[in-house]
Amino acid sequence: MPTIAEQAPARASLLYDPKLRAIVYQVVLTVAVVFVVYTAATNAVANLRAARIASGFGFLNTTSGFDINQTLIPYSAAGSTYGEAFIVGLLNTLVVAAIGIVFATILGFTVGIARLSKNWMIAKLAMAYVELIRNLPLLLQLLFWYVAVLAALPGPRQAVNVGDMFFLSNRGLLLPAPILHTGARLIPAAFLIGIVATFVFARWAKRQQEATGRQYPVGLAALGLILGLPILVWLLIALFVGNPITFDVPRLQGFNFRGGMQVFPEFVALLVGLTTYTAGFIAEVVRAGILAVSKGQTEAAGALGLRPGHTLRLVVIPQAMRVIIPPLTSQYLNLTKNSSLAVAIGYPDLVQIFMGTVLNQTGQAVEVVAITMAVYLTISLATSAVMNVYNRRMAIVER
Amino acid sequence: MNVATDTFRFVRAQEIDAAPPPSLVRGPLAWIRENLFSGPVNTILTLIALYLIYILVPPILRFLFIDAVWTGANRDACRPEVLKQPVGACWAYVANKINYFVYGSYPAAERWRVDLFFLLLAVGVGWMLWLGAPKRTLGAIYFFAVFPILAFILLTGSGWLGLAPVPTAFWGGILVTIVVSTVGIVFALPLGVVLALGRRSKLPVIRMFSVIFIEFVRGVPLITVLFMANTMLPLFLPEGMTVDRLLRPLVGVAIFASAYMAEVVRGGLQAIPKGQYEGAMSLGLNYWQTNVFIILPQALKIVIPGIVNTFIGLFKDTTLVAIVGIFDLIKTIEASRVDPVWSAPTINATGYTFAAIFYFVFCFGMSRYSIAVERRLAAGQHR
Repeated sequence: MPTIAEQAPARASLLYDPKLRAIVYQVVLTVAVVFVVYTAATNAVANLRAARIASGFGFLNTTSGFDINQTLIPYSAAGSTYGEAFIVGLLNTLVVAAIGIVFATILGFTVGIARLSKNWMIAKLAMAYVELIRNLPLLLQLLFWYVAVLAALPGPRQAVNVGDMFFLSNRGLLLPAPILHTGARLIPAAFLIGIVATFVFARWAKRQQEATGRQYPVGLAALGLILGLPILVWLLIALFVGNPITFDVPRLQGFNFRGGMQVFPEFVALLVGLTTYTAGFIAEVVRAGILAVSKGQTEAAGALGLRPGHTLRLVVIPQAMRVIIPPLTSQYLNLTKNSSLAVAIGYPDLVQIFMGTVLNQTGQAVEVVAITMAVYLTISLATSAVMNVYNRRMAIVER
Repeated sequence: MNVATDTFRFVRAQEIDAAPPPSLVRGPLAWIRENLFSGPVNTILTLIALYLIYILVPPILRFLFIDAVWTGANRDACRPEVLKQPVGACWAYVANKINYFVYGSYPAAERWRVDLFFLLLAVGVGWMLWLGAPKRTLGAIYFFAVFPILAFILLTGSGWLGLAPVPTAFWGGILVTIVVSTVGIVFALPLGVVLALGRRSKLPVIRMFSVIFIEFVRGVPLITVLFMANTMLPLFLPEGMTVDRLLRPLVGVAIFASAYMAEVVRGGLQAIPKGQYEGAMSLGLNYWQTNVFIILPQALKIVIPGIVNTFIGLFKDTTLVAIVGIFDLIKTIEASRVDPVWSAPTINATGYTFAAIFYFVFCFGMSRYSIAVERRLAAGQHR
């Protein structure tokens, strides 16, 4: 792009010297920005002093004095600090985002593929879903799930009962709570070992195939290692030590449930809302990605004698993924950022706890806003850094 | 004759039966067979789809129309125990509250000003969006300069025109939703263009500031920007200066939207071939002349669909101002659905359905428009 700096300098007057002009422009902008920031900062200091609001990050060590109903770490109003409240909020945000991403991916891919289905009815249904979800504000959808669906569910006594194990009522979802006994930790360990072993085996099998042309049953091996190994460990422990995991099933007692694990309605509403909303966008990403693979690729695969299943797995999907993954990641980021709407339905996420309660109690707006934004910025920038590396690796090498 | 080649030759000895006529390939029956029941998997999918339609559509229709209550003055009209029949949507409630949903608490005597504002806006939007409209440059000047000033005078009131002042605390409903999204687009587009040019500038300091601003705003959720505008804007101003309650989220929305708009515009700038710049340079145009007369008119035209899509996102995101206490459409529904005069079981669902219809009509309309423009612009690329 040409700027003044690029044009051939005719050394007539200093006023028309492009280099000098460039420097002047940049200095002016810097001075303006510094001036605005400086004025804002001095005003803020004066205003805070006038309002007798403390500054600095010391408040993180002060006792919080408010309760949070959903915590993943031990937390109490009397004994915990604002710093711990921050961690509770952060963890709640991350949990809902992580689970939401998993479900949204599954639902989004299903709907996206359904939109391309040869079955006219399935394709139109998927289209109706996508159009409806994408054209309504997320906040409205969250309120709908929370107020019009979950709050309208029957009370605990008339709860929707699935096999005396799961209960859905206006108190949320009750699940059997696992109780871990001796040796229970070995099961997730076996699961992790299974995953690692599968990766190692898959790499070895791929190298063998490239070298000798022999194929190994990677899928079966993965199933055996990832699922079979933990089950085997479970059975062994159950046989020799005693059942490592028992379940505490929720029971109706009086007007409420006892035991079990309670998933609060706020969490359910937020999760359902975020999942269905993001799935609508992921579906479009997936559809665009698959359509981006040119028809010639499928035809060429057919000409080579590949079956439709192989064509899809070996030719279409690897190329579609290259197109899908960057926008998919930005949808994941959107989901994480959108989880901040939790504040509207009272799920204690980072924004609700920190920018809501803590900010109101301490009044330290600058510090609280800075910390909260820094969290989201870190997540976003870290993701885009990873994506840049990925894009560089995946970019089609041309000549 | 060579016997060896004859073994490869096959001549049928007797006539075979004629092949059956081809099955129906046209008409609705053939279409159904081809698209819905072409194989076992397809048939199962069709049955699943039919089942989904069966469990979803009848209850929705019952709620919206068959069991709906259309007239009534209070909650008795919509209570099943009073009516002795199931009750769907309580449209009587929407009809009763419609003025609140549209104008908020704007004084009844002054509501014509809001209507006039809607009309002026419609003229501006129509002028901008109709690609074949006459004098579109004039339209842009009207929309981005004349209209905002007119709207401001009209809505807030002014002494020397005899318009009674109406504090923004009385504004509400669809009026606020439209005001927030209009202010968002009117400020975001020019700001976005400047930021996009800044990001592509050769001057490192200007580029750095643009990148920092864009990436910072795009990296945080809108709700945090709104909270920041709400709590920190008053802090940054000199003591004693207050910012209007409605103005704070407006600033937040404008900042937020401009960063997204900048990225859309940048996409358009990147699509302009280098020859255009070189052509402009060879004519002796300077940086601003090149951009204003050569590059931007082409770039902005390419990104009209992107701009409209960003605007759809902005329009949906305006609902978040409800969280910081501004009475937009969502907030007016939240406030009125707990009104004891209208306490009935389906009031919540009715309120949300009304809002859903409003947002869907606007967003779907805009997205159709953007697709149509995309197609029209793409038509020129195909030869």
